[in-house]
Amino acid sequence: MSTALFGERVQRLADARLVRGEGSFIDDIPLEGALHVAFVRSPFARAHIRSIDCEAAREMDGVAAVYTCDDLGRLDILMPLLIPHPSLTEPRTQRPLARDDVFYVGQTVVLVVAVDRYTAEDAARLIDVDYEPLDVELDLPAAVQDDAPRVHPDVANNVAAHFVQRSGDPDSAFARADHITKIKVQIDRSTAAPLECRAVAARYDTVTGELMVWDGTQAPIAVRGGLASILGLDEDKVRVVAPDVGGGFGQKVYLFYPDELLVPYVAMQLGRPVKYIEDRNENFIGSAQERTQIHELELAATKDGEVLGLRDFFLHDTGAFIPYGIAVAQVASTSIAGPYRVPHIEVEFKAVFTPTVPITPYRGCGRPQACFAIERAMDKLADELGLDRFEVRRRNLIRDEDFPYRREGLLFADGLPVEYDSGQYGRALDMIVEAIDLDAFAAEQEAARAEGRYLGLGLGYYVEGTGLGPYEGSHIRIHPITGKVYVNTGLSCQGQGHETVFAQIAADQLGVDVGDVIVVEGDTGAFDWGVATFASRAAVVSGNAVHKAASQVREQVLDAASNMLEAAKEDLVLEGGKAFVSGVPAMAVSLAEIATASNPLRYAFNEAAKTSTQFAPASRHDGPALAEGAAPGLEATDYYSPPHAAWAYGVHAAIIEVDPGLCSIQFKRYICVHDCGRMINPTIVEGQIMGGIAQGVGGAHYERIEYDKEGNPRNANFMDFLMPYATEVPKAEILHLETPSPLNPLGVKGVGEAGCIPVGQVVASGVADALRPLGIGPLEHVPLTPNMIFAALGGESEE
Amino acid sequence: MTRRVRQTAARANSDPTREVSLTVNGEAVTRRVSTRLLLSDFLRHELGLTGTHVGCEHGVCGCCTVSLDGAAARSCLTFAVQAEGAIIRTIEGVASSDDVLHPVQQAFHECHALQCGFCTPGFIMSLVTFFEENENPDLSEDAIREALSGNLCRCTGYQNIVKAVRRAHELMTTSKGS
Repeated sequence: MSTALFGERVQRLADARLVRGEGSFIDDIPLEGALHVAFVRSPFARAHIRSIDCEAAREMDGVAAVYTCDDLGRLDILMPLLIPHPSLTEPRTQRPLARDDVFYVGQTVVLVVAVDRYTAEDAARLIDVDYEPLDVELDLPAAVQDDAPRVHPDVANNVAAHFVQRSGDPDSAFARADHITKIKVQIDRSTAAPLECRAVAARYDTVTGELMVWDGTQAPIAVRGGLASILGLDEDKVRVVAPDVGGGFGQKVYLFYPDELLVPYVAMQLGRPVKYIEDRNENFIGSAQERTQIHELELAATKDGEVLGLRDFFLHDTGAFIPYGIAVAQVASTSIAGPYRVPHIEVEFKAVFTPTVPITPYRGCGRPQACFAIERAMDKLADELGLDRFEVRRRNLIRDEDFPYRREGLLFADGLPVEYDSGQYGRALDMIVEAIDLDAFAAEQEAARAEGRYLGLGLGYYVEGTGLGPYEGSHIRIHPITGKVYVNTGLSCQGQGHETVFAQIAADQLGVDVGDVIVVEGDTGAFDWGVATFASRAAVVSGNAVHKAASQVREQVLDAASNMLEAAKEDLVLEGGKAFVSGVPAMAVSLAEIATASNPLRYAFNEAAKTSTQFAPASRHDGPALAEGAAPGLEATDYYSPPHAAWAYGVHAAIIEVDPGLCSIQFKRYICVHDCGRMINPTIVEGQIMGGIAQGVGGAHYERIEYDKEGNPRNANFMDFLMPYATEVPKAEILHLETPSPLNPLGVKGVGEAGCIPVGQVVASGVADALRPLGIGPLEHVPLTPNMIFAALGGESEE
Repeated sequence: MTRRVRQTAARANSDPTREVSLTVNGEAVTRRVSTRLLLSDFLRHELGLTGTHVGCEHGVCGCCTVSLDGAAARSCLTFAVQAEGAIIRTIEGVASSDDVLHPVQQAFHECHALQCGFCTPGFIMSLVTFFEENENPDLSEDAIREALSGNLCRCTGYQNIVKAVRRAHELMTTSKGS
């Protein structure tokens, strides 16, 4: 294939609008006469609702309507369970507005719609809900005990799902082992915190019966399908658009948030446009979160440090409901052996209800937890056997000749086998060793210690199953007027640069300038086959669909140009928006002309169109203008469906200085070696990795949703939830390694989530290495806060 | 669904209002507004200048940063009526023309200093005022990061924003020299 733009650092096509403040985020779209929604949300983690009094709110000036569950008609339902699974025996989902009971602080109880948000919030404060608070248990190990307060009265031990997977024969591996390393690790709850909170707006046209919905979602096609089914509308009458979306990171892939159903419903009821713009506090208490897991992991090893088997049991916090199924826990459980061969695995988890906002994937989706567990265990194994941690890893990494490496018996989140397709794991480790310069670091560490400063080296290896199916598609058309190439996909974009990388792929096939490719996605009115943006899959699944569709259009262009130029197809070149005869650039025809000529016309609406009308010499023929089976124009739709996930991987290291007095950390260097297969645009890849590392740093040291014992989130704002600024995030040195994936035509793997996965391990191992001379205790819990470092140094915690 | 009698528009709220006059991107503006209307909402919804974004409404994220009498200010922590007589510049007033970006905007594009673009107008307004206030800015890594420490970004990891600050300075210096 032509590779003119693939792999180039093409500057982004989306930027021009965004740097001028000319984006179209949902609250930027003018909706004349729109009403605004505010919610009354539960202030209790678990309570019965005795009564709701909305009278004062209904009387208030500026209020259009107030809804409780009794006013919702067909919408007073249990919302869909998105991903059923046989192990999910207690599939609880919530109602758009609470009926009888509330299950977490932040749950929507009453909806108010008013002339503006200010008025709607005032009215919400006038609503009197009488609650009878119930006992709660937030602690996972306590919540699964027989006598624990239940989130759902009929779910014993709060266990939503219990799942065991095996690969090989773990019992015999443990029986043969010279050494068994045991470790217990914990990862705490965090949140995606996209800078644009979630937003939904809707307009119902009573004349045409069309429902137009703007939703800052990662899954517009699924939202359209769900809205049509739940509201009882013809799919064709519902259009869902995800315009510019200010970050998603998984939080916006879950559907339905109550507002996503209620806003369209209220717009239909009132015959007025309606908007709900979530505020930051609501994003903390009402939008999905992730991460809390407690793993108890055992490694069975030989005395040389070869890992024969792994057993892992973990508790996974799923919040008060489990609408997204076991996806997060399943990804964690199937990623648990990381980049290591580990032929025998038993991994078991319980997904546990807690009276907190529901858990759905957040960038990483279980992988950061699995990585933290296996990598902390590998460090511990090395320590216990007196081996170097690099060497223990080297002895266990999957070797180049082992690929494809299948973990028989484990099924990934796509329902397909866990099979690592390709990689150079040993080489990646060598690259990072070289980049660190271990001897120089050892000298630096020793010199620092002599001055009373504590430097440590952090190290973490990760794998990431990316590019999950089932499929995505792409529609491509060359516009007859302008010759520009229009590309549609079924995804929506939250800033990842889809418009640029898809344009690169299409431009390569069609020989046009990248600026002449117009990518439109996130609009069910433009293309409505496909799934969503998640699981580092856009480049892999949609990228290959774009490539396949563009290849078809390329053939159409060459066929048509061959006719027009009376030249052999093999002699034609596509370049600069034209087809021309190789070596004879004067014998050329533009894409606009080819597209026009490929569409038999009756009306000569412009100069080029004259060539395609019925009396033009070029269109004269005996039979029908469009031959049987032919289609007008230059246009194709194609799909790509991966055989299974493409596995990316990488290794991060950091040199970290720890101040044992303040228990603060400072990154002196941060190095990342990664392999996401062939890179379409290295600049965009690096952007994804740097952003992922920043989020990883948040989760490793700063960010945690802090619940009190009653289930109240105590830091549901940006003052107290410590999202890192530029002053906290290190500069990353990124080294690329490219092993093409054999699974897809472009040889690509995903990279969206990669950066965040190993950072917790890098920080914990780095701090442990730094403070080793002070006799630091185990660091097996992230975020590793200053308080936790203080405690590990033997300090008395005030918490 | 059965067509029903069209509902009347909801009654107006009973907020007290007053008139406010200010200059926005060089244009004199007078509007009667609710006294509790935030400046951010005034710019976005009264004036239609939606480039000023709202990310937290408690003054932490910096998305709503505008230039108010030449200094970077949080428009989500300011009432519209407090801006009486003020000179305000928003992201829409930064580029010199439809074809030419401000050096800070140009640098953000060249350095891939934005992804979703939601925080970007706030960063750019912070930096536009930073360069206006600092003729010879300290462009060390620490100083640049300090200058950026009033704005949150969740996408980029900041590294390319740091790069863009240096590039913007370079573009400004070159254009002054030529």
